[in-house]
Amino acid sequence: MPESVHHEATHAGSRSLLKRFQGLPNDSPAKALIVTLLVCIFASVIVTGSAVLLRPQQIANSQLEQQRQIAEILKGASLVGDDLRTIQTDDLEARVVELETGNYVDGVDPATFDRTRLVRDPAHSVSIVPAQDLAQIKTRAKLAVVYLLLRDGKPQLVVLPIYGLGYGSMLHGFIGLSGDTETVIGLGFHEHGETPGLGALIDDPAWRRLWSGKKVWAPGGEVGLGVARGPVVSGTPEARSHVDGITGATWTGQGVTNLLRYWLGQHGFGPYLNKLRKAAR
Amino acid sequence: MTAISSMRKAFVDPLINENPITLQILGLCSALAVTKTVATALIMSAAVTFVITLSNASISLIRRHMPRHVRLILQITIIASLVIVVDQVLKAYAYALSKELSVFVGLIVTNCIIMGRAEAYAMKNSVRLSVMDGLGNGLGYSWILILVGSVRELFGSGTLLGMEVFRTVSAGGWYEPAALMLLPPSAFFLIGFLIWALRSWRSEQVEQEEFQILPSAESEDVA
Repeated sequence: MPESVHHEATHAGSRSLLKRFQGLPNDSPAKALIVTLLVCIFASVIVTGSAVLLRPQQIANSQLEQQRQIAEILKGASLVGDDLRTIQTDDLEARVVELETGNYVDGVDPATFDRTRLVRDPAHSVSIVPAQDLAQIKTRAKLAVVYLLLRDGKPQLVVLPIYGLGYGSMLHGFIGLSGDTETVIGLGFHEHGETPGLGALIDDPAWRRLWSGKKVWAPGGEVGLGVARGPVVSGTPEARSHVDGITGATWTGQGVTNLLRYWLGQHGFGPYLNKLRKAAR
Repeated sequence: MTAISSMRKAFVDPLINENPITLQILGLCSALAVTKTVATALIMSAAVTFVITLSNASISLIRRHMPRHVRLILQITIIASLVIVVDQVLKAYAYALSKELSVFVGLIVTNCIIMGRAEAYAMKNSVRLSVMDGLGNGLGYSWILILVGSVRELFGSGTLLGMEVFRTVSAGGWYEPAALMLLPPSAFFLIGFLIWALRSWRSEQVEQEEFQILPSAESEDVA
Protein backbone atom coordinates (compact mmCIF):
# COMPACT_ATOMS: atom_id res chain seq x y z
CA MET A 1 0.00 0.00 0.00
CA PRO A 2 1.73 3.22 -1.14
CA GLU A 3 0.44 5.37 1.68
CA SER A 4 1.83 3.27 4.48
CA VAL A 5 5.20 3.17 2.71
CA HIS A 6 5.14 6.93 2.56
CA HIS A 7 4.47 7.20 6.28
CA GLU A 8 7.14 4.69 7.19
CA ALA A 9 9.70 6.69 5.24
CA THR A 10 8.94 10.17 6.51
CA HIS A 11 8.48 9.32 10.14
CA ALA A 12 11.34 6.92 10.68
CA GLY A 13 12.67 9.08 13.53
CA SER A 14 10.71 10.12 16.61
CA ARG A 15 7.21 9.12 15.62
CA SER A 16 4.19 10.17 17.58
CA LEU A 17 1.58 7.58 18.45
CA LEU A 18 -0.78 8.96 15.82
CA LYS A 19 1.83 8.72 13.10
CA ARG A 20 2.68 5.20 14.13
CA PHE A 21 -1.01 4.34 13.94
CA GLN A 22 -1.27 5.87 10.49
CA GLY A 23 1.81 3.98 9.45
CA LEU A 24 0.35 0.60 10.26
CA PRO A 25 -0.88 -1.32 7.23
CA ASN A 26 -4.68 -1.25 7.10
CA ASP A 27 -4.97 -4.99 7.36
CA SER A 28 -2.78 -5.43 10.42
CA PRO A 29 -4.87 -6.81 13.29
CA ALA A 30 -3.86 -3.94 15.59
CA LYS A 31 -5.07 -1.25 13.20
CA ALA A 32 -8.19 -3.17 12.26
CA LEU A 33 -9.07 -3.43 15.95
CA ILE A 34 -8.38 0.23 16.65
CA VAL A 35 -10.37 1.46 13.64
CA THR A 36 -13.27 -0.85 14.45
CA LEU A 37 -13.25 0.28 18.06
CA LEU A 38 -13.23 3.95 17.07
CA VAL A 39 -16.08 3.48 14.61
CA CYS A 40 -18.08 1.63 17.27
CA ILE A 41 -17.47 4.38 19.84
CA PHE A 42 -18.53 7.02 17.32
CA ALA A 43 -21.63 5.02 16.43
CA SER A 44 -22.65 4.41 20.03
CA VAL A 45 -22.18 8.08 20.90
CA ILE A 46 -24.52 9.28 18.17
CA VAL A 47 -27.07 6.54 18.86
CA THR A 48 -27.20 7.02 22.64
CA GLY A 49 -26.94 10.78 22.25
CA SER A 50 -29.99 10.98 20.01
CA ALA A 51 -31.93 8.46 22.09
CA VAL A 52 -31.30 10.29 25.36
CA LEU A 53 -31.79 13.81 24.00
CA LEU A 54 -35.05 13.02 22.21
CA ARG A 55 -36.53 10.84 24.95
CA PRO A 56 -38.65 13.56 26.65
CA GLN A 57 -40.24 14.55 23.35
CA GLN A 58 -40.97 10.91 22.49
CA ILE A 59 -42.60 10.29 25.86
CA ALA A 60 -44.78 13.36 25.33
CA ASN A 61 -45.78 11.99 21.91
CA SER A 62 -46.58 8.61 23.33
CA GLN A 63 -48.81 10.13 26.03
CA LEU A 64 -50.63 12.21 23.43
CA GLU A 65 -51.10 9.06 21.40
CA GLN A 66 -52.62 7.29 24.41
CA GLN A 67 -55.00 10.21 24.90
CA ARG A 68 -55.96 10.00 21.24
CA GLN A 69 -56.50 6.27 21.56
CA ILE A 70 -58.80 6.68 24.56
CA ALA A 71 -60.71 9.42 22.72
CA GLU A 72 -61.13 7.00 19.81
CA ILE A 73 -62.53 4.34 22.15
CA LEU A 74 -64.95 6.85 23.68
CA LYS A 75 -66.59 7.26 20.28
CA GLY A 76 -68.34 4.00 21.09
CA ALA A 77 -69.66 5.34 24.39
CA SER A 78 -73.13 5.91 22.96
CA LEU A 79 -73.55 2.13 23.16
CA VAL A 80 -73.91 2.58 26.92
CA GLY A 81 -76.33 5.45 26.75
CA ASP A 82 -77.21 8.23 24.36
CA ASP A 83 -76.29 10.87 26.94
CA LEU A 84 -72.67 9.65 26.78
CA ARG A 85 -72.32 10.51 23.09
CA THR A 86 -70.38 13.68 23.76
CA ILE A 87 -68.05 12.65 26.58
CA GLN A 88 -64.39 13.58 26.25
CA THR A 89 -61.22 12.09 27.72
CA ASP A 90 -61.24 14.98 30.22
CA ASP A 91 -64.52 13.72 31.65
CA LEU A 92 -62.86 10.49 32.71
CA GLU A 93 -61.31 10.13 36.12
CA ALA A 94 -57.96 8.36 36.31
CA ARG A 95 -57.74 6.00 39.29
CA VAL A 96 -55.00 3.68 40.46
CA VAL A 97 -56.16 0.12 41.09
CA GLU A 98 -54.47 -2.68 43.00
CA LEU A 99 -54.99 -5.61 40.65
CA GLU A 100 -54.90 -8.42 43.20
CA THR A 101 -57.73 -7.02 45.34
CA GLY A 102 -59.43 -4.78 42.84
CA ASN A 103 -59.38 -1.88 45.33
CA TYR A 104 -58.56 1.70 44.51
CA VAL A 105 -55.26 2.98 45.87
CA ASP A 106 -55.32 6.62 46.88
CA GLY A 107 -51.69 7.28 47.75
CA VAL A 108 -50.44 7.07 44.15
CA ASP A 109 -50.80 9.91 41.66
CA PRO A 110 -52.10 8.52 38.35
CA ALA A 111 -50.51 11.44 36.48
CA THR A 112 -47.00 10.36 37.39
CA PHE A 113 -47.71 6.61 37.34
CA ASP A 114 -44.97 4.91 35.33
CA ARG A 115 -45.81 1.32 34.54
CA THR A 116 -42.55 0.53 32.76
CA ARG A 117 -40.58 1.51 35.82
CA LEU A 118 -42.79 -0.45 38.23
CA VAL A 119 -42.64 -3.61 36.12
CA ARG A 120 -38.85 -3.63 36.48
CA ASP A 121 -39.02 -3.11 40.24
CA PRO A 122 -39.50 -6.43 42.10
CA ALA A 123 -41.05 -4.59 45.05
CA HIS A 124 -43.86 -3.27 42.88
CA SER A 125 -44.39 -6.15 40.50
CA VAL A 126 -45.31 -9.81 40.55
CA SER A 127 -43.92 -12.47 38.28
CA ILE A 128 -46.50 -14.51 36.43
CA VAL A 129 -46.16 -18.30 36.33
CA PRO A 130 -45.91 -19.50 32.71
CA ALA A 131 -49.22 -21.39 32.87
CA GLN A 132 -51.04 -18.15 33.69
CA ASP A 133 -48.94 -15.92 31.49
CA LEU A 134 -51.33 -15.80 28.52
CA ALA A 135 -50.18 -12.33 27.53
CA GLN A 136 -46.52 -13.44 27.68
CA ILE A 137 -45.35 -10.50 29.70
CA LYS A 138 -43.51 -12.47 32.46
CA THR A 139 -44.07 -9.82 35.14
CA ARG A 140 -46.74 -7.24 35.73
CA ALA A 141 -46.97 -4.24 38.01
CA LYS A 142 -49.12 -4.67 41.13
CA LEU A 143 -50.94 -1.46 40.28
CA ALA A 144 -52.59 -0.15 37.14
CA VAL A 145 -54.27 3.08 36.08
CA VAL A 146 -57.87 2.86 34.89
CA TYR A 147 -60.02 5.62 33.44
CA LEU A 148 -63.50 5.71 34.89
CA LEU A 149 -66.71 7.60 34.24
CA LEU A 150 -69.07 7.78 37.21
CA ARG A 151 -72.63 9.16 37.20
CA ASP A 152 -74.36 9.37 40.58
CA GLY A 153 -71.70 7.08 42.01
CA LYS A 154 -72.39 4.39 39.41
CA PRO A 155 -69.71 3.41 36.90
CA GLN A 156 -70.86 4.18 33.37
CA LEU A 157 -67.80 3.08 31.52
CA VAL A 158 -64.19 2.21 32.18
CA VAL A 159 -61.07 2.18 30.00
CA LEU A 160 -58.38 -0.34 30.93
CA PRO A 161 -54.78 -0.52 29.72
CA ILE A 162 -53.87 -3.88 28.17
CA TYR A 163 -50.71 -5.26 26.63
CA GLY A 164 -49.19 -8.50 25.53
CA LEU A 165 -47.16 -10.26 22.88
CA GLY A 166 -48.46 -10.31 19.32
CA TYR A 167 -46.60 -12.01 16.51
CA GLY A 168 -43.23 -10.41 17.07
CA SER A 169 -43.84 -7.34 19.17
CA MET A 170 -45.57 -6.08 22.29
CA LEU A 171 -49.04 -4.76 21.59
CA HIS A 172 -49.95 -1.86 23.85
CA GLY A 173 -53.53 -0.71 23.91
CA PHE A 174 -56.72 0.08 25.75
CA ILE A 175 -60.10 -1.56 26.02
CA GLY A 176 -63.23 0.37 26.92
CA LEU A 177 -66.04 -1.49 28.72
CA SER A 178 -69.50 -0.46 29.79
CA GLY A 179 -69.84 0.18 33.52
CA ASP A 180 -71.46 -3.21 34.13
CA THR A 181 -68.42 -4.77 32.32
CA GLU A 182 -70.73 -6.64 29.95
CA THR A 183 -70.10 -4.87 26.67
CA VAL A 184 -67.03 -3.66 24.79
CA ILE A 185 -67.33 -0.04 23.70
CA GLY A 186 -64.01 0.02 21.91
CA LEU A 187 -60.54 -1.44 21.68
CA GLY A 188 -57.37 -0.08 20.18
CA PHE A 189 -53.63 -0.55 20.14
CA HIS A 190 -51.52 2.59 20.12
CA GLU A 191 -48.14 0.94 20.01
CA HIS A 192 -46.99 -2.23 18.26
CA GLY A 193 -44.44 -3.45 15.75
CA GLU A 194 -46.52 -5.90 13.75
CA THR A 195 -45.99 -6.54 10.03
CA PRO A 196 -47.33 -3.71 7.85
CA GLY A 197 -50.30 -4.86 5.80
CA LEU A 198 -50.88 -7.95 7.97
CA GLY A 199 -50.69 -7.80 11.76
CA ALA A 200 -50.47 -4.01 11.67
CA LEU A 201 -54.13 -3.99 10.58
CA ILE A 202 -54.99 -4.21 14.29
CA ASP A 203 -54.92 -0.41 14.23
CA ASP A 204 -57.04 -0.22 11.08
CA PRO A 205 -60.19 1.76 11.98
CA ALA A 206 -62.49 -0.69 10.17
CA TRP A 207 -61.17 -3.63 12.17
CA ARG A 208 -61.29 -1.72 15.42
CA ARG A 209 -64.94 -0.83 14.87
CA LEU A 210 -65.78 -4.55 14.86
CA TRP A 211 -65.17 -4.66 18.61
CA SER A 212 -67.90 -2.23 19.62
CA GLY A 213 -70.83 -4.04 21.14
CA LYS A 214 -69.13 -7.41 21.62
CA LYS A 215 -70.04 -9.19 24.83
CA VAL A 216 -67.15 -9.57 27.25
CA TRP A 217 -68.18 -12.73 29.06
CA ALA A 218 -68.96 -16.19 27.74
CA PRO A 219 -72.16 -17.84 29.09
CA GLY A 220 -70.03 -19.74 31.62
CA GLY A 221 -68.70 -16.49 33.11
CA GLU A 222 -65.19 -16.69 31.75
CA VAL A 223 -63.71 -14.17 29.28
CA GLY A 224 -65.39 -14.78 25.96
CA LEU A 225 -63.79 -12.06 23.85
CA GLY A 226 -61.48 -13.08 21.10
CA VAL A 227 -60.34 -12.90 17.52
CA ALA A 228 -61.83 -15.63 15.34
CA ARG A 229 -60.00 -17.58 12.70
CA GLY A 230 -61.32 -16.12 9.50
CA PRO A 231 -64.57 -14.20 9.22
CA VAL A 232 -67.33 -14.32 11.82
CA VAL A 233 -70.83 -14.96 10.51
CA SER A 234 -73.24 -12.57 12.16
CA GLY A 235 -76.05 -14.25 14.06
CA THR A 236 -73.96 -17.27 15.03
CA PRO A 237 -73.01 -17.78 18.71
CA GLU A 238 -69.42 -16.93 17.80
CA ALA A 239 -70.43 -13.45 16.68
CA ARG A 240 -71.48 -12.61 20.24
CA SER A 241 -67.90 -12.11 21.45
CA HIS A 242 -65.60 -12.65 18.49
CA VAL A 243 -64.39 -10.37 15.70
CA ASP A 244 -63.09 -11.33 12.26
CA GLY A 245 -59.57 -12.67 12.14
CA ILE A 246 -57.09 -10.78 9.97
CA THR A 247 -55.93 -12.82 7.00
CA GLY A 248 -52.24 -13.63 7.24
CA ALA A 249 -52.04 -12.50 10.86
CA THR A 250 -53.18 -15.56 12.78
CA TRP A 251 -50.51 -15.10 15.44
CA THR A 252 -51.34 -11.46 15.98
CA GLY A 253 -55.01 -12.35 16.41
CA GLN A 254 -54.09 -15.15 18.79
CA GLY A 255 -51.96 -12.68 20.74
CA VAL A 256 -54.88 -10.26 21.02
CA THR A 257 -57.19 -13.04 22.23
CA ASN A 258 -54.64 -14.21 24.80
CA LEU A 259 -53.85 -10.79 26.18
CA LEU A 260 -57.58 -10.04 26.54
CA ARG A 261 -58.09 -13.33 28.41
CA TYR A 262 -55.19 -12.46 30.68
CA TRP A 263 -56.06 -8.86 31.45
CA LEU A 264 -59.79 -9.41 31.88
CA GLY A 265 -59.18 -12.68 33.74
CA GLN A 266 -58.72 -13.25 37.47
CA HIS A 267 -54.98 -12.58 37.40
CA GLY A 268 -55.51 -9.29 35.59
CA PHE A 269 -58.39 -6.87 36.14
CA GLY A 270 -60.78 -9.69 37.17
CA PRO A 271 -61.17 -8.72 40.86
CA TYR A 272 -61.59 -5.07 39.93
CA LEU A 273 -64.19 -5.87 37.28
CA ASN A 274 -66.14 -7.94 39.83
CA LYS A 275 -66.33 -4.93 42.13
CA LEU A 276 -67.26 -2.66 39.24
CA ARG A 277 -70.10 -4.96 38.23
CA LYS A 278 -71.50 -4.91 41.78
CA ALA A 279 -71.22 -1.12 41.95
CA ALA A 280 -73.10 -0.74 38.66
CA ARG A 281 -76.18 -2.59 39.89
CA MET B 1 -11.70 17.64 -15.25
CA THR B 2 -11.64 20.51 -12.80
CA ALA B 3 -12.65 20.05 -9.18
CA ILE B 4 -15.88 21.99 -9.63
CA SER B 5 -16.98 20.13 -12.72
CA SER B 6 -16.25 16.74 -11.16
CA MET B 7 -18.25 17.75 -8.10
CA ARG B 8 -21.05 18.84 -10.37
CA LYS B 9 -20.89 15.55 -12.23
CA ALA B 10 -21.00 13.58 -8.96
CA PHE B 11 -24.14 15.48 -8.03
CA VAL B 12 -25.97 15.67 -11.37
CA ASP B 13 -25.29 12.21 -12.79
CA PRO B 14 -27.41 10.28 -10.25
CA LEU B 15 -30.38 12.56 -10.85
CA ILE B 16 -31.27 11.12 -14.26
CA ASN B 17 -28.36 9.53 -16.12
CA GLU B 18 -27.34 7.20 -13.31
CA ASN B 19 -30.55 7.33 -11.32
CA PRO B 20 -30.48 4.70 -8.56
CA ILE B 21 -34.08 3.64 -9.12
CA THR B 22 -34.67 3.93 -12.85
CA LEU B 23 -31.23 2.97 -14.13
CA GLN B 24 -29.75 0.83 -11.38
CA ILE B 25 -33.14 -0.54 -10.26
CA LEU B 26 -32.10 -0.32 -6.60
CA GLY B 27 -34.12 0.67 -3.54
CA LEU B 28 -37.38 -0.52 -5.08
CA CYS B 29 -38.72 -2.17 -1.94
CA SER B 30 -39.07 1.10 -0.06
CA ALA B 31 -40.20 2.91 -3.22
CA LEU B 32 -43.18 0.56 -3.43
CA ALA B 33 -43.96 0.63 0.27
CA VAL B 34 -43.86 4.29 1.26
CA THR B 35 -45.34 6.08 -1.76
CA LYS B 36 -49.01 5.77 -0.83
CA THR B 37 -49.05 9.46 0.09
CA VAL B 38 -46.82 12.41 -0.71
CA ALA B 39 -46.15 13.04 2.98
CA THR B 40 -44.63 9.61 3.62
CA ALA B 41 -42.66 9.81 0.37
CA LEU B 42 -41.27 13.21 1.42
CA ILE B 43 -40.23 12.02 4.86
CA MET B 44 -38.68 8.86 3.48
CA SER B 45 -36.82 10.92 0.83
CA ALA B 46 -35.45 13.27 3.45
CA ALA B 47 -34.41 10.35 5.66
CA VAL B 48 -32.62 8.49 2.88
CA THR B 49 -30.91 11.64 1.57
CA PHE B 50 -29.70 12.47 5.08
CA VAL B 51 -28.40 8.96 5.73
CA ILE B 52 -26.71 8.49 2.35
CA THR B 53 -25.00 11.91 2.46
CA LEU B 54 -23.63 11.45 5.96
CA SER B 55 -22.72 7.80 5.47
CA ASN B 56 -20.87 8.66 2.25
CA ALA B 57 -19.08 11.49 4.06
CA SER B 58 -18.02 9.46 7.09
CA ILE B 59 -17.02 6.39 5.13
CA SER B 60 -15.01 8.49 2.73
CA LEU B 61 -13.36 10.21 5.69
CA ILE B 62 -11.94 6.96 7.04
CA ARG B 63 -11.56 5.17 3.71
CA ARG B 64 -7.74 5.17 3.90
CA HIS B 65 -7.83 3.44 7.27
CA MET B 66 -10.60 0.97 6.57
CA PRO B 67 -9.47 -2.61 7.32
CA ARG B 68 -10.30 -4.41 4.09
CA HIS B 69 -11.78 -7.60 5.53
CA VAL B 70 -14.22 -5.92 7.92
CA ARG B 71 -15.09 -2.89 5.79
CA LEU B 72 -18.66 -4.00 5.05
CA ILE B 73 -19.36 -4.48 8.75
CA LEU B 74 -17.99 -1.04 9.54
CA GLN B 75 -20.03 0.52 6.74
CA ILE B 76 -23.18 -1.12 8.05
CA THR B 77 -22.36 0.02 11.59
CA ILE B 78 -22.13 3.62 10.41
CA ILE B 79 -25.24 3.41 8.23
CA ALA B 80 -27.28 1.66 10.92
CA SER B 81 -26.35 4.26 13.54
CA LEU B 82 -27.42 7.07 11.23
CA VAL B 83 -30.69 5.29 10.56
CA ILE B 84 -31.35 4.93 14.29
CA VAL B 85 -30.74 8.66 14.70
CA VAL B 86 -33.24 9.41 11.91
CA ASP B 87 -35.75 7.02 13.46
CA GLN B 88 -35.41 8.67 16.86
CA VAL B 89 -35.81 12.15 15.36
CA LEU B 90 -38.94 11.07 13.49
CA LYS B 91 -40.41 9.50 16.61
CA ALA B 92 -39.81 12.77 18.45
CA TYR B 93 -40.92 15.29 15.84
CA ALA B 94 -43.07 13.47 13.26
CA TYR B 95 -44.76 10.86 15.40
CA ALA B 96 -47.80 10.17 13.23
CA LEU B 97 -45.74 9.83 10.06
CA SER B 98 -43.16 7.68 11.79
CA LYS B 99 -45.95 5.30 12.81
CA GLU B 100 -47.13 5.21 9.23
CA LEU B 101 -43.64 4.49 7.93
CA SER B 102 -43.27 1.84 10.67
CA VAL B 103 -40.50 -0.61 9.79
CA PHE B 104 -39.52 1.09 6.58
CA VAL B 105 -37.36 3.69 8.30
CA GLY B 106 -35.42 0.92 10.02
CA LEU B 107 -35.12 -0.87 6.72
CA ILE B 108 -33.13 2.04 5.24
CA VAL B 109 -30.15 0.14 6.64
CA THR B 110 -30.67 -2.52 4.00
CA ASN B 111 -31.37 -0.05 1.20
CA CYS B 112 -29.02 -1.18 -1.56
CA ILE B 113 -28.49 2.38 -2.77
CA ILE B 114 -26.74 3.39 0.44
CA MET B 115 -24.50 0.32 0.73
CA GLY B 116 -23.85 0.54 -3.00
CA ARG B 117 -22.69 4.14 -2.87
CA ALA B 118 -20.57 3.48 0.21
CA GLU B 119 -18.78 0.57 -1.38
CA ALA B 120 -18.61 1.78 -4.96
CA TYR B 121 -18.03 5.49 -4.44
CA ALA B 122 -17.21 6.68 -0.94
CA MET B 123 -14.48 4.05 -0.49
CA LYS B 124 -12.62 5.47 -3.50
CA ASN B 125 -13.34 9.20 -3.56
CA SER B 126 -12.70 12.32 -1.53
CA VAL B 127 -15.10 13.50 1.16
CA ARG B 128 -16.27 16.43 -0.94
CA LEU B 129 -17.05 14.28 -3.96
CA SER B 130 -18.70 11.64 -1.77
CA VAL B 131 -20.97 14.22 -0.20
CA MET B 132 -22.04 15.44 -3.64
CA ASP B 133 -22.55 11.86 -4.77
CA GLY B 134 -24.62 11.12 -1.67
CA LEU B 135 -26.76 14.23 -2.17
CA GLY B 136 -27.19 13.41 -5.86
CA ASN B 137 -28.23 9.83 -5.23
CA GLY B 138 -30.49 10.85 -2.36
CA LEU B 139 -32.25 13.41 -4.52
CA GLY B 140 -32.33 11.05 -7.51
CA TYR B 141 -34.16 8.58 -5.27
CA SER B 142 -36.31 11.38 -3.82
CA TRP B 143 -37.75 12.83 -7.00
CA ILE B 144 -38.90 9.41 -8.18
CA LEU B 145 -40.51 8.71 -4.79
CA ILE B 146 -42.24 12.08 -4.67
CA LEU B 147 -43.47 11.74 -8.25
CA VAL B 148 -44.84 8.24 -7.64
CA GLY B 149 -46.28 9.35 -4.29
CA SER B 150 -48.05 12.32 -5.93
CA VAL B 151 -49.62 10.18 -8.64
CA ARG B 152 -50.70 7.52 -6.14
CA GLU B 153 -52.18 9.97 -3.65
CA LEU B 154 -53.88 12.07 -6.33
CA PHE B 155 -55.55 9.16 -8.11
CA GLY B 156 -55.90 6.89 -5.09
CA SER B 157 -57.42 9.38 -2.63
CA GLY B 158 -58.06 12.52 -4.70
CA THR B 159 -55.76 14.56 -2.46
CA LEU B 160 -52.23 15.96 -2.54
CA LEU B 161 -50.39 16.31 0.79
CA GLY B 162 -53.75 15.70 2.42
CA MET B 163 -55.42 18.64 0.63
CA GLU B 164 -58.42 17.89 -1.54
CA VAL B 165 -57.84 18.16 -5.29
CA PHE B 166 -60.55 15.91 -6.71
CA ARG B 167 -63.69 15.72 -4.61
CA THR B 168 -64.36 12.01 -4.17
CA VAL B 169 -67.76 10.37 -4.57
CA SER B 170 -67.85 9.42 -0.89
CA ALA B 171 -67.43 13.12 0.00
CA GLY B 172 -70.23 14.08 -2.38
CA GLY B 173 -68.05 14.90 -5.40
CA TRP B 174 -67.49 13.30 -8.80
CA TYR B 175 -64.20 11.44 -8.46
CA GLU B 176 -64.24 7.68 -8.01
CA PRO B 177 -60.82 6.90 -6.43
CA ALA B 178 -58.72 4.24 -8.12
CA ALA B 179 -58.27 1.80 -5.27
CA LEU B 180 -55.38 0.09 -7.07
CA MET B 181 -53.32 3.23 -6.49
CA LEU B 182 -53.46 2.63 -2.74
CA LEU B 183 -51.86 -0.78 -3.12
CA PRO B 184 -48.08 -1.23 -3.45
CA PRO B 185 -48.26 -2.95 -6.87
CA SER B 186 -49.43 0.32 -8.43
CA ALA B 187 -46.02 1.82 -7.59
CA PHE B 188 -44.47 -1.10 -9.42
CA PHE B 189 -46.44 -0.25 -12.56
CA LEU B 190 -45.74 3.48 -12.22
CA ILE B 191 -42.00 2.96 -11.83
CA GLY B 192 -42.13 0.58 -14.80
CA PHE B 193 -43.79 3.22 -16.97
CA LEU B 194 -41.28 5.80 -15.74
CA ILE B 195 -38.33 3.58 -16.70
CA TRP B 196 -39.93 3.01 -20.11
CA ALA B 197 -40.38 6.75 -20.62
CA LEU B 198 -36.85 7.58 -19.47
CA ARG B 199 -35.29 4.93 -21.68
CA SER B 200 -37.29 6.03 -24.71
CA TRP B 201 -36.00 9.55 -24.15
CA ARG B 202 -32.43 8.53 -23.28
CA SER B 203 -31.88 5.45 -25.39
CA GLU B 204 -28.33 5.05 -24.07
CA GLN B 205 -29.89 3.84 -20.82
CA VAL B 206 -31.28 0.76 -22.54
CA GLU B 207 -29.29 -2.27 -21.47
CA GLN B 208 -27.50 -4.43 -24.02
CA GLU B 209 -29.33 -7.69 -24.54
CA GLU B 210 -27.41 -10.47 -22.87
CA PHE B 211 -28.53 -13.07 -25.39
CA GLN B 212 -30.62 -13.28 -28.52
CA ILE B 213 -33.87 -15.21 -28.41
CA LEU B 214 -33.98 -17.57 -31.37
CA PRO B 215 -37.20 -17.70 -33.35
CA SER B 216 -38.99 -20.93 -32.51
CA ALA B 217 -40.05 -23.50 -35.08
CA GLU B 218 -43.77 -22.96 -34.50
CA SER B 219 -43.62 -19.27 -35.15
CA GLU B 220 -42.04 -19.92 -38.53
CA ASP B 221 -44.82 -22.33 -39.34
CA VAL B 222 -47.39 -19.73 -38.47
CA ALA B 223 -45.59 -17.18 -40.58
